Amino acid sequence: MDLNFTQEEVEFREEVRSWLAENLPADLARKVRSDAPLTKDDMVRWQLILHEKGWLTYSWPAEFGGTGWGPVKQFIFEEEMAYACAPRILPFGLKMLGPVLMKFGTKEQQDYYLPRMCDGTHWWCQGYSEPGAGSDLASLKTAAVREGDHYIVNGQKTWTTLGQHADWIFCLVRTSTDGKPQEGISFLLIDMKTPGIEVRPIQTIDGGREVNEVWLTDVKVPVENLVGEENKGWTYAKYLLTHERTNIAGVGKSNQELARLKELAANQKRNGKPLIDDPFFAARMAKVEIALMNMEITNLRVLAQAEAGGSPGAESSMLKILGTEIEQELTDLTRRALGRTAQALTPEADDPGFNGPYVAPEGFQNASGVYFNHRKTTIYGGSTEIQKNIINKMIVGL
Amino acid sequence: MEFTHTDTRRMLADTIDRYLRDKYPLAARVEAGTAEPGFQPAQYEALAELGVIAALFPEDQGGFGGEGFDIAVVFEELGKRLVNEPVMDNALVPGSILAAAGQSDAVENIIAGAARYALAAEEPQALYDLTDVETRAEAAGDDWALTGAKSVVKYASGCDGFIVSARTDKGVSLFLVGADQVGLRDYVTVDGGRAAELTLDGAAGQLLGDEGAGEAMLQEAADRAILALSAEALGIMQTVREMTIEYLRTRKQFGVVIGKFQALQHRMAEMLLEIEQARSAVINAANALSLSGAERARIIAAAKYSIGRIGRLVAEESIQMHGGIAMTWEYDLGHFAKRLILIDHEWGDQDFHLARFIEHGHAA
Repeated sequence: MDLNFTQEEVEFREEVRSWLAENLPADLARKVRSDAPLTKDDMVRWQLILHEKGWLTYSWPAEFGGTGWGPVKQFIFEEEMAYACAPRILPFGLKMLGPVLMKFGTKEQQDYYLPRMCDGTHWWCQGYSEPGAGSDLASLKTAAVREGDHYIVNGQKTWTTLGQHADWIFCLVRTSTDGKPQEGISFLLIDMKTPGIEVRPIQTIDGGREVNEVWLTDVKVPVENLVGEENKGWTYAKYLLTHERTNIAGVGKSNQELARLKELAANQKRNGKPLIDDPFFAARMAKVEIALMNMEITNLRVLAQAEAGGSPGAESSMLKILGTEIEQELTDLTRRALGRTAQALTPEADDPGFNGPYVAPEGFQNASGVYFNHRKTTIYGGSTEIQKNIINKMIVGL
Repeated sequence: MEFTHTDTRRMLADTIDRYLRDKYPLAARVEAGTAEPGFQPAQYEALAELGVIAALFPEDQGGFGGEGFDIAVVFEELGKRLVNEPVMDNALVPGSILAAAGQSDAVENIIAGAARYALAAEEPQALYDLTDVETRAEAAGDDWALTGAKSVVKYASGCDGFIVSARTDKGVSLFLVGADQVGLRDYVTVDGGRAAELTLDGAAGQLLGDEGAGEAMLQEAADRAILALSAEALGIMQTVREMTIEYLRTRKQFGVVIGKFQALQHRMAEMLLEIEQARSAVINAANALSLSGAERARIIAAAKYSIGRIGRLVAEESIQMHGGIAMTWEYDLGHFAKRLILIDHEWGDQDFHLARFIEHGHAA
């Protein structure tokens, strides 16, 4: 047993940290730290800075223009990004579609789409869930019917994150109703400018506008936009989900949130003492910190296994459950630490140039919204219940 | 033993229920909650006319109730329909303090729905502790001059006056301060409604009750507020319960309604039994208003602790069992869940009341 990173890995962390210190724009870090909403421009700006450095494709193999880093280096990079409060790299193109094209796409598709998802030309979104197909994704109904050189697509997708900014959408569509539902699904790339596509925003309970409905009516999609083979889309979708999982535990982000919470709790007072010394609050914080410490080691165990060439099984599902529950608990404690002021909704405090007075302490004006927004994390990407089914299937085997 | 309400209270509950069912659509409530003044004044007046406020005060103060169970019945009904009219903040709480201080005209106006007052007690540095008061009051002739700041005063804008806690040489006292004497900066609240930061810069105030009696008067008001909030939360939980049961019975995935899955059945059962525990806590607290001392304090603290803990469970579990649909503004559930969670941020959260419960246990 050796729980330490290698000397090379330690130096790599140092390199990432100092580069971020010099290159992450302060205004973006400030927004991320205070959980203020990011604009499309904010996200693209940061993506291009990373791209110039060659780190945007940090999870890609070298042959496709990636860094070629192994799982441990990728983890260190993600952790440092979280500590520095860098905007998250949107996963839809780089983490989800990218790997699918590398494995199942044609050379033409790879040459066309991969560079464009890096240089800001294409903003991708994901067309998976439907109103009637959530946890039971394979029951999806959006239909693609082949007519000559095109598919004609009709249906409705939902929970499309940041689809309002998207240039392209990758969709799971039904191309056959024969056999099991999983056997009639295909994977299509659709230009959002195609006639017949309508994006309708869904307002979330925190008042935010990050998800959408995407309606498709007689949308003509060239057959060359099919990825892999017809009716094999489910295989590709599952492959994509395994890639979505690599940073699912969110160790860096949760450590960062915990540090912020401790700072807040040290400044808040209860009965004349810092809240951090209040036995009830201290116990709540300690419990989540212990869970996080344990999860960090679990995560490193999985990484070490992956670094040695193994592929994670039930552990991915475990990390998704643990990571999201810890994240939720931290958002709960943060709102709790604010007391009465967690009730105030003062979005003007996010405006540049706002200089107070603050109701909740500076940087914490969105704490309740963040808490409510994070309820989604145990629902999306395979809900906690679905993950538990997977764990049981893989380990108990019944 | 008898665990049913009197006929009078049952009729009151029915009257409120019928009115809200017919005349208080949720969409209008949600919309009002994001704008000024944060509620619907015409609805507030209609509720006063219906007797909702009078039910919160005893006959000798111009009402027809005023007991713990009157408060519980009213607020449970308001909770069921997610009413965000300032019945607690602008009537029950200030009204009971003004009544104790002999301000009978003001109380009459409150009961009629013709005047609104607000209690400004909690300060920015105090986490729920109403005795943590830095606002000062200095004698100025027959009057007092108050200087300080108060935080998250709900439905402050448009009030006829404020009851402000301030420190003098004799401890904490309560003062009636005119609306023109205070500075307000108001904002929307997360759960739909409005609140304000209130500043006092030598504001003229009239002493309410005896100098130095503020803490006892505040505690009396707090007990009523906590009962009202707990009953409101119970009403919310019942609506959430019905929505979730309905969803489990109709939403299909994997070819069956999701309520067929044992994983969800057990979680629903857990939620159902916890809601019954919450109901018992509210009944116990309503009864405790007729008690005194540590016994009353412990029961009130137990209720608010239970409501905080169970409220979180019900809010989070109902969202999780619904899935993505519950994350949307358009679907009703989220608005109920938000209020349920934010109730834990008013008048002391679950940890605050757990500490109080322990403290009063040692004293008993």
